[in-house]
Amino acid sequence: MRTLVAGAVLVGVMNCAGRAQEPRSLVGRRAPEFSLDDLHGTHVDLARDRGKVVLLNFWATWCAPCKVEMPRFMEWQREYGARGLVVVGVSIDDSEAPARAFVEKLHVNYPVVMGNAQLGERYGGVLGVPVTFLIDRAGVVRARFDGEEHLGAEERQMRGLLGGSER
Amino acid sequence: MKVGRSLGCLMVVALAAAAAGGAALGQAATTIPKDALVQPEALHRELQANPHAALILQVGSRMMFDQDHIPGAEYAGAGSRPEGLQALRMRVGGLPRSKAIVLYCGCCPWDKCPNVAPAWQLLHGMGFTHVRVLYIAQNFGTDWVARGYSAERTQ
Repeated sequence: MRTLVAGAVLVGVMNCAGRAQEPRSLVGRRAPEFSLDDLHGTHVDLARDRGKVVLLNFWATWCAPCKVEMPRFMEWQREYGARGLVVVGVSIDDSEAPARAFVEKLHVNYPVVMGNAQLGERYGGVLGVPVTFLIDRAGVVRARFDGEEHLGAEERQMRGLLGGSER
Repeated sequence: MKVGRSLGCLMVVALAAAAAGGAALGQAATTIPKDALVQPEALHRELQANPHAALILQVGSRMMFDQDHIPGAEYAGAGSRPEGLQALRMRVGGLPRSKAIVLYCGCCPWDKCPNVAPAWQLLHGMGFTHVRVLYIAQNFGTDWVARGYSAERTQ
């Protein structure tokens, strides 16, 4: 009983002190589903991608590391799309116009939606970019990568999730 | 003739700089003088002692701000975007130039943040004398929220 009371007090103190201190890890949990129109007006529904491996990338037009990653993601979409890879971009820009211009200039070959705070929170907090999630065919988050220095690891893990014959 | 052309080029550059309010888009955070930086722990302590010690402005992303921001902070627009700098200029325009202001972003690792340097340069160019920039090494999540410093979401 004493432990319960102490625990309750601790939780109360933590709540008074402010927000959660660690981003909630989603790894091993079901990926939060969302349904949004992409920049071309096409509907993107994560639930519809069940059975595929999803690479979900939060980015911004002014983010230099993001611009390093995106051409690689385009390559992967071309190379691994037939094996079941679906890349989805989520822009954290304040407005659509710069995101749309950037996507058109780069000829991005995967859907890009505009993000919002609720989506960021549901994904454990996106408080910096880039942030990339790998979601397996069962819809479970298998990895979260913060920053752009992980392209090698991302590709290895993504290929592992795709399974089947390697190149 | 060459002198005239050079003067013309200089005038074009000066006009462009004036339009940007003296801020240079694309400047790296590493160009901000070290004595204008404040470390997260120092700002955290300062705010614990006096939550109204300074006007705190986030100059990164609305989506990031709405998820978590320093209590009392305001979102002022992305410092790397002309419209963001315009919003910042409007926010501070009527303030006394001695006003204590802290700018922060935390979108990316410090040496890759495109937002804080143009914002700092804008305020510096407007004559503000007490502007500091929060040094965020990795990102706001890692260097502020995960350290347990106070943060709040937009209601």
